[in-house]
Amino acid sequence: MQQRDVSLLIAIVLLTLVAAWVVNPNNSGIHIKAGPLVIDRDIRIHQGLDLQGGMEVFLEADPAEGQEVTTETMQVAKSIVEKRVNSLGVAEPLVQQAGGNRIIVQLPGVADPEHAISTFQQTGLLEFVDAGLTRLPVGARIKTSYHETGEVGPVVPTPVLTPTEGPSPTATATQEPTATPTATAALSPTPQADLTPTVQPTPTPAERIFHTVMTGKDLKAAVVALDDLTKKPEIHFQLTDEGAKIFAAHTAANVGRYLAIVLDGEVISCPVIETAIPEGSGRITGDFPLSEAQSIVIQLRYGALPVPLKIISTRQVGPTLGQDSIRRSTTAGIIGVIIVLTFMLVYYRLPGVLADIALVIYGLVSVSLFKLIPVTLTLPGITGFLLSVGMAVDANILIFERMKEELRRGRALKASIEAGFARAWTSIRDSNISTLITCAILWGFGSNFGASVVQGFAVTLFIGVAVSMFTAVIVTRTLMRFAFALGGERLREVHWLLGA
Amino acid sequence: MLDIVGKRYWFFLISALVIIPGLIAMMVSMARFGTPLRLSIDFTGGALMELQFQQPVAPGDVRAVFVAHDYSDTMVQTTVDQRTVLVRSKPLDSATKVLIQDELREKFGPLTELRYEFVGPTVGREVTRSAALAVLAAAGAIIMYLIFAFRSVPNAIRYGICAVAAMIHDILVAVGVFSILGLALGWEVDALFLTAILTVIGFSVQDTIVVFDRIRENIPKCRGEPFELVVNRSLLETLHRSLATQLNAIFVLIAIFFFGGATMKQFVTVLIVGLLSGTYSSICNAVPLLVVWEKNEIGQFFARLRGRPAQA
Repeated sequence: MQQRDVSLLIAIVLLTLVAAWVVNPNNSGIHIKAGPLVIDRDIRIHQGLDLQGGMEVFLEADPAEGQEVTTETMQVAKSIVEKRVNSLGVAEPLVQQAGGNRIIVQLPGVADPEHAISTFQQTGLLEFVDAGLTRLPVGARIKTSYHETGEVGPVVPTPVLTPTEGPSPTATATQEPTATPTATAALSPTPQADLTPTVQPTPTPAERIFHTVMTGKDLKAAVVALDDLTKKPEIHFQLTDEGAKIFAAHTAANVGRYLAIVLDGEVISCPVIETAIPEGSGRITGDFPLSEAQSIVIQLRYGALPVPLKIISTRQVGPTLGQDSIRRSTTAGIIGVIIVLTFMLVYYRLPGVLADIALVIYGLVSVSLFKLIPVTLTLPGITGFLLSVGMAVDANILIFERMKEELRRGRALKASIEAGFARAWTSIRDSNISTLITCAILWGFGSNFGASVVQGFAVTLFIGVAVSMFTAVIVTRTLMRFAFALGGERLREVHWLLGA
Repeated sequence: MLDIVGKRYWFFLISALVIIPGLIAMMVSMARFGTPLRLSIDFTGGALMELQFQQPVAPGDVRAVFVAHDYSDTMVQTTVDQRTVLVRSKPLDSATKVLIQDELREKFGPLTELRYEFVGPTVGREVTRSAALAVLAAAGAIIMYLIFAFRSVPNAIRYGICAVAAMIHDILVAVGVFSILGLALGWEVDALFLTAILTVIGFSVQDTIVVFDRIRENIPKCRGEPFELVVNRSLLETLHRSLATQLNAIFVLIAIFFFGGATMKQFVTVLIVGLLSGTYSSICNAVPLLVVWEKNEIGQFFARLRGRPAQA
């Protein structure tokens, strides 16, 4: 046994230990915090929808006649769908764009599929809501008059609650001719830290019905711009003629009060009215990063989905069916693997034992790769993996058959072992590459129309075959050389050990 | 020495006997359904739901509820036991689905929806197209690879074509058996069926490669020996391996067939049939075909047909 083989053997043992640690179902994951290096991830099997139950929905843009579906439109649609999906509170939802005009939504373990579908298909409702003297936190869910009763219009506040207001002198300040059309007035969201003295809201926001001033249909345009002086991002918006009238009336009467911008009942911004805004254009300023400004603009512009989405396919699997599948395929897998291990042992004896060890290492390494990458395991995926177990021993069978042949020709054991590995290699390589090609094509086929079942199979079979090329050749060879180093040429005489 | 190559025409006959019933089944199903295999909603579009009731139900009674809602071409089958039914219908919008399920609950008591699939007709057409593309791409890529792998052997293209012939054989066997089962048990082609077929393609070629590889190795060693003999010896040398490998894969698949979930049964069946056929065809078709080509037996056959009585 050469130095290289000893190092290989040590490396294999280490790899096996690491893989066994990763495979261990009670694995706590990797959580390292060493200075700048922060690794924080769980290591576990991701179960596909067919195993844990849940639903998968394919949405396709369904543009009105003449409407063009651009990449940007789809991105916006995706971000809106994502937002709505997140509001469902499902663990680990997945929203992905597929092809030019499709969105895949995966919701594992969702209880009420009908509700989920209606949630992300609805057209979003953008509202400007009078929040009174309370600054509503971003993300709060509120009830609005438009949503409850359809009531909408400017608010004339009762003077009792708003001592600072009245016939507002500030209104005159904005009446001067406007050189810069967008800079007429400002709504500035108060920064989070700014504790403006506000009247404590007696009813909590959830119960109170806020008055809707106007809806998104009155909004004509919105863009992100940078403030000339401070270079801070701000949002400029423009209203329709009718919207301008409502807005002028409302802002003039409500300076100092908050105006919440609400999408689908969720507050996305809550600026304070600084001055009256009579010309139907204004800006929202504040301490927010560019990305946030852009996302607000997207929501202002496309409060509704930028393009209607229709459902083109759905798949739902109840949780019980999934549980049953896991139980059954585990049983099937264990039985299949035990038969294979026994076959190798009975048919090939000592080399068979070594191949069985290599097979166990193969299983550990493959499963730990599934966990680390991570691969979402589906029922066909499990089948693909089990099938690759068969492939893994195929390489060993090729090698051992070759080895036996050489022995029968009267060659020395050492020479036979080496010849077995060297000669079988081209067959193993060529045949495995043809399977890998098939897997790659299957994967492409699956991703084309989002058949996650097909992809699951292709991925596990691919990983299995790739890993088996390593374990069946390198691991078995190292073990064989090790066994030879222990036993020497006299092993050749022990016929029952070699099965030849 | 076992002479496999010499019995090549017997083996071709066996292949034909397996394939022809499948082809007939395909024709029958072509006449009955308009397609050689029954297509699932993955290709045609439609809705499929599996419902579990707490008491046994008759499929006909369940169907009647769908028909009452104008879903007249709905098919209902029981699956695991009398309590579980599989319903295939036209595309169903969620409002109608809720309505029908409520009505079923009223009539047959509480039910659980085990799974529900809906595929729009446009998706079905696309799946069909990309499936055809995938099969063509797989076959093309594998031929290219074979030609590349055997580039140093004389007549590399022959090896490629013979391997592909064996592959087509395996596809025909698997598809034919499935078509028969489609007529007998109502099995339908879905995306997983295609996955199985593509896997069979990969494995079929793999088996053939192993034997071809041995021929490639033996040819330079045995100059002067007749091609037929070299080929036969290479076959026998790899026979153990072919059978041992086959057995292992089949063990695993049979375990899944008997102990795995019902949803995997069709998938695993196609794999088992395809793998068996793959081993058979690599030994009994692909390699003998090489000999047929080498000896120009097809040319001689046609020469005989053209009226020159066999004198040799």
